[in-house]
Amino acid sequence: MKSKMHGAVKSTGYAAGSLLTVADLPVAEVAAILAATDRIERMASADRARMLAGRRIALLFYESSTRTRTSFELAAKSLGAITTLVSDKSSSIEKGESLKDTGLTLRALGAECIILRHANSGAPYLLAKATGLPVLNAGDGMHEHPSQALLDLRTILARLPGVGGGRGNSKGNSKIDAKTLAGVTVVITGDILHSRVARSNAMLLPRLGAKVLLCGPKELLPEDALGLGSALNTGGVEIEWDFDKALKQAQVVMMLRIQRERLAGLELDLADYISRYQLNEERLAACAPHAVVMHPGPMIRGLEISGEVADGPNSAIEDQVRHGLAVRTALLVRALGTGWFESVTV
Amino acid sequence: MSDILILNGWLVDPASGVDAERDVLLRHGRVAAVEMPGGFKGVKAKETGSQVIDASGMIVAPGLVDIHVHLREPGQTYKESIATGTAAAAAGGFTSVVAMPNTVPVNDSVAGLEWMLDAARGACVKLFAMPAATFGSMGEEITDFHELARAGAVGFTDDGKPVLHDRVMREALVAAAGIGVPVSQHSEDTRLTGGCSMNAGPVAFRLGLRGMTVEAEARIVERDIRLLRDIARQDGLRPHLHVQHVSTAKAMSLIRAAKAEGLHVTCEVAPHHFTLTDEAIGDYDTNAKMNPPLRNDVDRLAMIAGLMDGTVDCIATDHAPHALFEKEQEFERAPNGITGLETALGLALRVLHKGHGMTVSRVIELMSGQPARTLSLEGRGTLKVGSFADVVVFDAAAEWSFDAKRSRSKSRNTPFDGAGMVGRVMATICDGRVVYRG
Repeated sequence: MKSKMHGAVKSTGYAAGSLLTVADLPVAEVAAILAATDRIERMASADRARMLAGRRIALLFYESSTRTRTSFELAAKSLGAITTLVSDKSSSIEKGESLKDTGLTLRALGAECIILRHANSGAPYLLAKATGLPVLNAGDGMHEHPSQALLDLRTILARLPGVGGGRGNSKGNSKIDAKTLAGVTVVITGDILHSRVARSNAMLLPRLGAKVLLCGPKELLPEDALGLGSALNTGGVEIEWDFDKALKQAQVVMMLRIQRERLAGLELDLADYISRYQLNEERLAACAPHAVVMHPGPMIRGLEISGEVADGPNSAIEDQVRHGLAVRTALLVRALGTGWFESVTV
Repeated sequence: MSDILILNGWLVDPASGVDAERDVLLRHGRVAAVEMPGGFKGVKAKETGSQVIDASGMIVAPGLVDIHVHLREPGQTYKESIATGTAAAAAGGFTSVVAMPNTVPVNDSVAGLEWMLDAARGACVKLFAMPAATFGSMGEEITDFHELARAGAVGFTDDGKPVLHDRVMREALVAAAGIGVPVSQHSEDTRLTGGCSMNAGPVAFRLGLRGMTVEAEARIVERDIRLLRDIARQDGLRPHLHVQHVSTAKAMSLIRAAKAEGLHVTCEVAPHHFTLTDEAIGDYDTNAKMNPPLRNDVDRLAMIAGLMDGTVDCIATDHAPHALFEKEQEFERAPNGITGLETALGLALRVLHKGHGMTVSRVIELMSGQPARTLSLEGRGTLKVGSFADVVVFDAAAEWSFDAKRSRSKSRNTPFDGAGMVGRVMATICDGRVVYRG
């Protein structure tokens, strides 16, 4: 096995190339990931397919997923890697096998990297510690979804004129630093409490200079959310419970689904929610006619977002999916440490 | 049992008001005499066959008393047994421990209690037990307090969960009042904490974990205090409520006010609640998961304030061993609890004495005399002549690091592996027998 199973271990005790959280990702590393994404995207597909040829990647999914799972899988395959999918519904997990043992089994079978989605916050840390393998967090409970925040960042850079040199379709030479998103306000609206996407974005975007304005009803947006900014001393995270007021400041607006599966008995008046927080054409035209509209999916048309807005000219929702595929190729190359990642980004 | 002479030490016995150089003679399991230095010159060690402990430069204090431990026997001896748990107690300077009833099965019967207290279990320090307040700790029907008290119960508790129903808690308080023992309450309104695995607040938000609010603790403390008041008025009784492991500033001020009002309320604080905050969870460290959870720094400082001003009656560890495989799980799935018997004195001296200026004597009082008094453990927690020969000899100035691998407990679930400690136990004597030598 050519894996570096217990190889380069960061001071944190997790294998280098792991992506468990965006909270400890230096801005330079963010820049490196985006630069690598650009390079891989421009490669001829035959060259790309040699990058991780024959490497073994396990996708371990304890929660359902369409976008994340498919895009990680397609990303891995486009790099020539061999993937295997293990889901909780069709494995020994149903028989009570622990996360640690599942991880050790995958490692023994030759997995060199594990992509984990799990319903419990923090599960990727446990897996990374237990296996010593690079682990990519593909969403853990209400905690984080780091690759989503990175793809959202790339989408924002590509869509906002004059910001970051219009990356994504650029030559990839523009500078990513603590001021790249200075002056940009990103409004994240909806079920903040249960959203790992909101957490990752609120911890990542302010490091590049953006202001993140969290918006939603108080039941779904407690003041404790300010902890996302204070934890890293980045600041840059604010709360605005009134959607219209928030929207008026927005260059970017991300809409979130109400996570019924995590509401845990919380009652919500949906009609009232829709009237106050739905992003529809009238509201968008009145408050932020030029804002980029984003949604991590899955979206519920007619609830948090109207179909017209989702399909309208402001929408970057499909771009997000495409950027997701691209960013995840870079994350896999980074995780499997072929040396290439370091060489292009220095 | 041979005599033991402890010479040249500094005796700190708050219960008898001694804080001076004294020599101590232990005979037949009791404190036989306490003399000025050199007072036992006539007693020749060789002639009397007595064992001599040279305590030069050491503190000699009453053996410590921990009124809140989980020894896991019967039923979960893969985590701990009465023998290993009490060995850990001895290593920590404790000579009396009170076992909680959440064993398997729950300790809710005279037969269960007698089995637990039987010498065959191999306890190496004095073992007391608090049986369940309700059958199976189900919170519905109170156990036979009278019979259990006759068999040695020192209080009643459903620890691990609260006695939730007003009517049941009222009945328990009334029944306990007639016997003169406390109902010891785990104050958590479990209707507010479903699915929660840590303290509510910005840290929980960041970690994406559901948080237990301050209100969930305060509401039960508030309710229980109201019941004490009602029972005093309507039944003319004065029940004793003991609030276990207080963790919030709000509950602390409720207890302070109830004491000022003259109600019979006592409480304990665990070392982790005056040492750590919820930040200690870091990357989902399940060894920082317990219930009540680690709170924020305002709450932590309120625990210290309560210890300093006398609101808190005693320090208790809530020693809660769990096997490695149980803690090596997703944070939300891992069981609550940490070990604590071997780190309690070291943390109390580090945080309270060294960090906050509490006298060594006061630390000892909170860990021996006062817990013994809280549960009326006669002859424990003091070195008055005639008391049980329970002694801890320790070097109050020694600084060291706790090494979980060397623990006497069967389990290693502690957030204090490698943590700095102040004060090192050199000898623990229980009922006149040396049960630990450092």
